[in-house]
Amino acid sequence: MLDIKSLQVKVEGKQILKGIDLRVNAGEVHAIMGPNGSGKSTLARALSGHPEYEVTGGEVLFEGQDLLEMDPDTRAREGVFMAFQYPVEIAGVNNAYFLKAALNAKRKHHGQPELDAMEFMQLIKEKSKLLDIDQSMLSRAVNEGFSGGEKKRNEIFQMALLEPKLAILDETDSGLDIDALKLVANGVNAMRSPTRAIIVVTHYQRLLDYIVPDHVHVLSGGRMVKSGGKELALELERRGYGWLENGVTAVGA
Amino acid sequence: MPQLAERIRPWLTAVDERPQGAPRWLQDLRDRAASRFGALGFPTVRDEDWRFTNISPIVAGEFRPAGPAPAAAGDLASIPHAGVGHRIVLVNGRFAPELSRLGSLPRGVRVASLASAVTEQADVVQRYFGQLADFGSRSFAALNSALASDGAFVHIADGLILEEALQIIFVAAPSGDARPMTSARVLVVAGERVQARIVETYAGPADMAYFTNAVTEIFAGENAVVDHYKVQQEGARGFHVASMHVHAARAASFTSHSFSLGARIARNDAIVLLDGEGAECTLNGLYLADGERLVDNHTMIDHARPHCPSHEIYKGILGGSARAVFNGKIVVRPDAQKTDAKQTNRALLLSDNASINTKPQLEIFADDVKCTHGAAIGQLDDDAIFYLRSRGLPYFEARDMLIRAFAGDILDRVKIPELRAGLEQELYSQLAKDLEEIDRQ
Repeated sequence: MLDIKSLQVKVEGKQILKGIDLRVNAGEVHAIMGPNGSGKSTLARALSGHPEYEVTGGEVLFEGQDLLEMDPDTRAREGVFMAFQYPVEIAGVNNAYFLKAALNAKRKHHGQPELDAMEFMQLIKEKSKLLDIDQSMLSRAVNEGFSGGEKKRNEIFQMALLEPKLAILDETDSGLDIDALKLVANGVNAMRSPTRAIIVVTHYQRLLDYIVPDHVHVLSGGRMVKSGGKELALELERRGYGWLENGVTAVGA
Repeated sequence: MPQLAERIRPWLTAVDERPQGAPRWLQDLRDRAASRFGALGFPTVRDEDWRFTNISPIVAGEFRPAGPAPAAAGDLASIPHAGVGHRIVLVNGRFAPELSRLGSLPRGVRVASLASAVTEQADVVQRYFGQLADFGSRSFAALNSALASDGAFVHIADGLILEEALQIIFVAAPSGDARPMTSARVLVVAGERVQARIVETYAGPADMAYFTNAVTEIFAGENAVVDHYKVQQEGARGFHVASMHVHAARAASFTSHSFSLGARIARNDAIVLLDGEGAECTLNGLYLADGERLVDNHTMIDHARPHCPSHEIYKGILGGSARAVFNGKIVVRPDAQKTDAKQTNRALLLSDNASINTKPQLEIFADDVKCTHGAAIGQLDDDAIFYLRSRGLPYFEARDMLIRAFAGDILDRVKIPELRAGLEQELYSQLAKDLEEIDRQ
């Protein structure tokens, strides 16, 4: 589904990713771990098409298509979803209205009829149970005044609604207490399917207790330094990142 | 301020030829206003209140009082909300009965041409007219007071609750004059406990150079609730200078919604005197400018009595090389303890060449008060755009959503559904043109 070859990315003129290779197949959950400044969030944001992340080399194929050629919104409509580490607050834009617009943009892109208000509310009702999204979160402005936990739940809720082929969770566990973490993890687990791939970017092992990955990769200094199965995460938890860094210097967020 | 004699001379000629034949008191007022205008001349950018608004295109325009135009020339088609409620229409400042709709006014409500009210409601008019629009230091108010021969008069008797909105519509129309000026005048007297919605609209043809110089006086009696809407949608070559003067008596609640969408130069002054304990005012404003246009909003809330809250929020959307000025003055007099004043001013700059000068001006002479103000000027938030795009919304749709959210905050406060719909239509069709222009570059 996703094939990253020798990806190099600059942020504000600084080389952060120095050649990343990663292959993700449908049905798989990959965890990308690494110390602060290793480049793991940069990888997530570059995949989502953030304008400040400049690709200086390599290629990314998403279902055989050149992902890097696509606008951020085309990527989303083609089925790439990123759950933000810091979801943006958007004053004055009603959350439900925004979700409906996003969903219909995608449906239109795929030649499906747009959902009307009734159909949409039905869908919302179905999906909101899973993440304990209440009516007030839907009627407020997007993320405005949401607590940290509400913001992350809202991200996963959007993911559940948009049903992406590839979901990238960027430090979704940061700032969550254990109850919120479980809620979010349940939401993500409910989305696991043989046709969907999930990339979980995280600093800590604890999210992986709840979302158990098929593969774990360690990023350090802008390079993949180790890949393995889910047991690698446990080893990292025990030993820290120091033994992998081998003198590779960290390079900023 | 000294004026170049040759530039002001044609204006003085117009003032010398001011309307005659009114009752003595009114003629006296016109005479005093005329001589005051002669002494003041026009303000220049050296006047603090006009520092960022250069009106020389108006002064150089040598506008002359507009002659009458056939009522049929008064084009209401450009006013989407024209059909709402009762309405009095004035073409080139003159009452146009054919276009007005005053047939079903409730008892106790009088809406009439000011020229006729001067004789038919002499006592009320004489008691209130000119009481608020002080021309001692305001040259445009002096010019208006010297020249206004007609306008709209609204009198609502104590205790009346008006279900339907009252509209006052000023339309500029070709009259054969090359540079027509209208001295628009409005007097609203709302008695005690009155509840009313008043919509004041200014419109004119897109291709005509003209000047509207308007003065509005509104009296809100004790416990009255007056919702005032001003829609300034003058033609692109029009100039608009207007001052609205409001007197709020004890426990009155006055709300102003100002929409400034048209004109090459627009200057709107809103001056509210909270002159009774517990009087309250809310000033909401939304303005839009593009191209080389200039829009200037000056507001002044005078807290003269204790326990008066005021809330103010003005928002602007600027494209092209448009410029805006916002000056929000709040005065709290020594007696006005427990004043609670909040002012917010925000502007969205859609292009790099657009600019705004904004200034809060607080003059506080009481000690137990709460006054806050804040201003935020900026372009669309890139993070917000990216967030919306990352969910599949195309760039243009994302931008549109953010602009509508910005303006919607003010539009949503409009309590007359047809008016809100009309304003949305007017605002968004104009914005669509601006954005198209921006995208072409």
